[in-house]
Amino acid sequence: MKISEIQQLLNADIICGGDFLDRDVYSACGSDMMSDVLAYVKDQGVLLTGLVNPQVVRTAEMMDMRCIVFVRNKLPNEEMVKLAEDNAMVLMATSKRMYEACGKLYCAGLVGKATAKSGAGNE
Amino acid sequence: MNEVLKLHYDVDGENFTSAGDASVNVKKKLRQMGFSPDVIRRVSIAMYEGEINMVIHACGGEVDVFIYPEEIDIILADKGPGIADVELAMKEGYSTAPDNIRSLGFGAGMGLPNMKRYSDEMKIESKVGAGTKITMKVKVAGE
Ligand SMILES: Nc1ncnc2c1ncn2[C@@H]1O[C@H](COP(=O)(O)OP(=O)(O)OP(=O)(O)O)[C@@H](O)[C@H]1O
Ligand SMILES: [Mg+2]
Repeated sequence: MKISEIQQLLNADIICGGDFLDRDVYSACGSDMMSDVLAYVKDQGVLLTGLVNPQVVRTAEMMDMRCIVFVRNKLPNEEMVKLAEDNAMVLMATSKRMYEACGKLYCAGLVGKATAKSGAGNE
Repeated sequence: MNEVLKLHYDVDGENFTSAGDASVNVKKKLRQMGFSPDVIRRVSIAMYEGEINMVIHACGGEVDVFIYPEEIDIILADKGPGIADVELAMKEGYSTAPDNIRSLGFGAGMGLPNMKRYSDEMKIESKVGAGTKITMKVKVAGE
């Protein structure tokens, strides 16, 4: 799925990374707990979260994620936007809640589990 | 082993906002040097977890990274409270993080096990009241 499709499905506002909307992503994860993202995520390209602090962007960067969707109208601050821009990441914000946002993407074919060929694997 | 690149970082324990800066920097360096995405990711995650731990549990510290062609060594040293029971701390789900840290998205007790998972070797030396030193090695070959 293209990142632009995610934007349309969630009726989201692009905050930065508008040049990268035609990148492909294959799976996503939703979490407000960065510890869990670091421990359980494997090759998911998109993070949906309601948490707003710079560690959200750094965690996504460490996991090679390409896009962060902030749910429930949360907005990243300037520092987070700068970090995302430095790392060529797309940030977007939607008014939808976590459950609905994840559900919409899942129904449209963006699964939760990464396939073997969707990125660099671990272990 | 030749061609060592040595990197040193001071990790500010007062500043949660900047935690992880050193790891982001190391990731960039490794990418420039042409290491494989798998090696880069393992080093980045292991170091980032260690760096966050330093900030939330130990008031900051120092990180040294040694980059060899065949292996990357990460040494995290702090003068924090130390870990009384290392075996217990290594258990998934064990955390002493207070609620304010949880509200920042950390404190699930997954960091140390994750560091072990992503590194090929990990050694924890810790003394209560004196500090903690964690040495991790990520091998480039044999993945
Ligand atoms: N550098 C350190 N100095 C003192 N105590 C530490 C240090 N690193 C870890 N600990 C102790 O070990 C526990 C487990 O660490 P671990 O990284 O696994 O989990 P966490 O940091 O609490 O949560 P998470 O990493 O999932 O966000 C911590 O809660 C803390 O008590
Ligand atoms: Mg931790």
